[in-house]
Amino acid sequence: MLTQHFPALLVVVPLVAAPIIVLARHALASWLIALLATAASFGIAAVLLDQTLADGVISYAMGSWEIPLGIEYRIDAAGAFVALIVAGMGLIAMPYSRVGIAAEVRSEEHYLYYALMMLCLAGLLGILVTGDAFNLFVFLEVSSLATYVLIAMGRDRRALVAAYQYLLMGTIGATLYVLGVGLLYLETGTLNLADMAARLVSVGDSRGVLAALAFITVGISLKIALFPLHLWLPNAYAYAPSPVSAFLAATATKVSIYVLMRYFFTIFGPTEVFDARATGAILLGLSLAAMFVPAIVAIFQHDMKRLLAYSSVSQIGYITLGISMDSVEGLMASAMHLFNHALTKGGLFLVLGGVVLRCRGAGFDRLAGLGHTMPMASFAMVVGGLSLIGVPGSAGFISKWYLVSAAMHEGQWWLVGAVLASSLLAVIYVWRFVEVAYFRAPPADHPAPGEAPLSMFLPALAMIVACVYFGIDATWSSDVAMRVAEVLMSSRSIVQ
Amino acid sequence: MTLASHFSYWVTVLLLMVGLFIVIARDNLIKKLIGLGIFQTAVYLLYIAPGKLIGGVAPIIGGQFAVYSNPLPHVLILTAIVVGVATLALGLALVVRIKEAYGSIDEDEILAMDARDDTSPVADRDGS
Repeated sequence: MLTQHFPALLVVVPLVAAPIIVLARHALASWLIALLATAASFGIAAVLLDQTLADGVISYAMGSWEIPLGIEYRIDAAGAFVALIVAGMGLIAMPYSRVGIAAEVRSEEHYLYYALMMLCLAGLLGILVTGDAFNLFVFLEVSSLATYVLIAMGRDRRALVAAYQYLLMGTIGATLYVLGVGLLYLETGTLNLADMAARLVSVGDSRGVLAALAFITVGISLKIALFPLHLWLPNAYAYAPSPVSAFLAATATKVSIYVLMRYFFTIFGPTEVFDARATGAILLGLSLAAMFVPAIVAIFQHDMKRLLAYSSVSQIGYITLGISMDSVEGLMASAMHLFNHALTKGGLFLVLGGVVLRCRGAGFDRLAGLGHTMPMASFAMVVGGLSLIGVPGSAGFISKWYLVSAAMHEGQWWLVGAVLASSLLAVIYVWRFVEVAYFRAPPADHPAPGEAPLSMFLPALAMIVACVYFGIDATWSSDVAMRVAEVLMSSRSIVQ
Repeated sequence: MTLASHFSYWVTVLLLMVGLFIVIARDNLIKKLIGLGIFQTAVYLLYIAPGKLIGGVAPIIGGQFAVYSNPLPHVLILTAIVVGVATLALGLALVVRIKEAYGSIDEDEILAMDARDDTSPVADRDGS
């Protein structure tokens, strides 16, 4: 009985938890409520993924309104897969937050932090389950508004400016998206995504649809932080509290990438997006630029959090590269990297959070000699770094392997060289950390800090171990990623 | 002819450009938010204008009416306005906090202060 309402409950549970937390106003109680709600969402996401892998699409009429008229919740393997990543990252971040935010968020604001995390989670999960273009915009703004506040909670005053800049860019992105949806609504007269996709086929080549494609692509690319629309991201990740950086790095941009995939392959259809226009070539060019320029910028950073943030922009390039190939292999590589990079970067930011707690900052001058003062954390950072590079035996290797084989499948041999060259840049920026942590003496003015508290280190360690596990046994992740790619590409196979 | 028949579209495009220009060109953080508001308002117009039919009435079925306006765009934009108000409120709240922390709402001055902060690793908001 209850399982049939799971698509709605996935969103409703965290959404209801948020006001309860605000009413509770108690740090421990609000943490417990948030933890329970996140665990429930994770369980629901797991069940939904299991069901969608077995049965295909689950459609749910919100409020029992008849479907093309009322709002439809529609979840398939692609949405459920990303939902599992988002809820899973939330579930890792919650136990971590109890101690993790103590040093970075003022104690009277702790309950608000949990309430905002719940709103952000509800918004992100809502984007993944909704089958309605306008409803998607509302969820996008729910998650974004919560994100702006979470970033502004950072201890440094620069967090405020970072949040303000993200608010400007994020709102422009969301407004461009809703502008595109408006044009599609004028063309098709529907806001239901499945209905819209069906009607767009008969609309054919129209300037309105072209403009809608352009607005939606640029708007969502702003939220993805696709190079060169990434300028909000480094400061936002660098000055946000550590659990927030980890949660956002693993989820927010990934959900936006899902939205882009959804619009490209399910709604406009690859014929309109890739065959009729140069979208693929443009996306390929931007992805290549993203793989190189931010990676070079990352090398010159003096702060580990900023370095990881620029590395995120660079890694997003790999994911969009897979999309630009417009093939099942490319999409599968994208889905794989989406999962593996969420594990890697989420894990790295969580480990770094413990380091920031002990060293009171992530600047390289403070991290000097970390290999001696916090050997476990340093080692975990290095393992995560190896996964960023894509060393065999790490999750990053698996997704780069699929990306390279997808490029070879397309006959694009030069892309193999590009991926390798970009990985070499990753070697350099990861080496920057190794050099600082292992080959520099600890600063004389602060005593040996000791390892991070267990409640922070264990969740971080779990993510890093998962990086290695999914690098050695990628059966589950590659099977699911393959299904995701097939689901997204299904419209292509119907047309042909 | 096209200018007159597409009047609402021309106004939409004009407002979009004006709003975006203010966001980019102004240094004052409050004025940037005003520009953002104009930018969003342009989209409201894009949705609302096509929903109105000349001679159309509110969609309540009655014998003497034949032409009805589409109510859906209005409902959508009601939601979008709420989102816009929330964004503006949050933006203004952030500007208040920025003013408290930096003593300025001018972007250039704030960025100059940030550049100085970058040389000192920890710059606490509370000065602790």
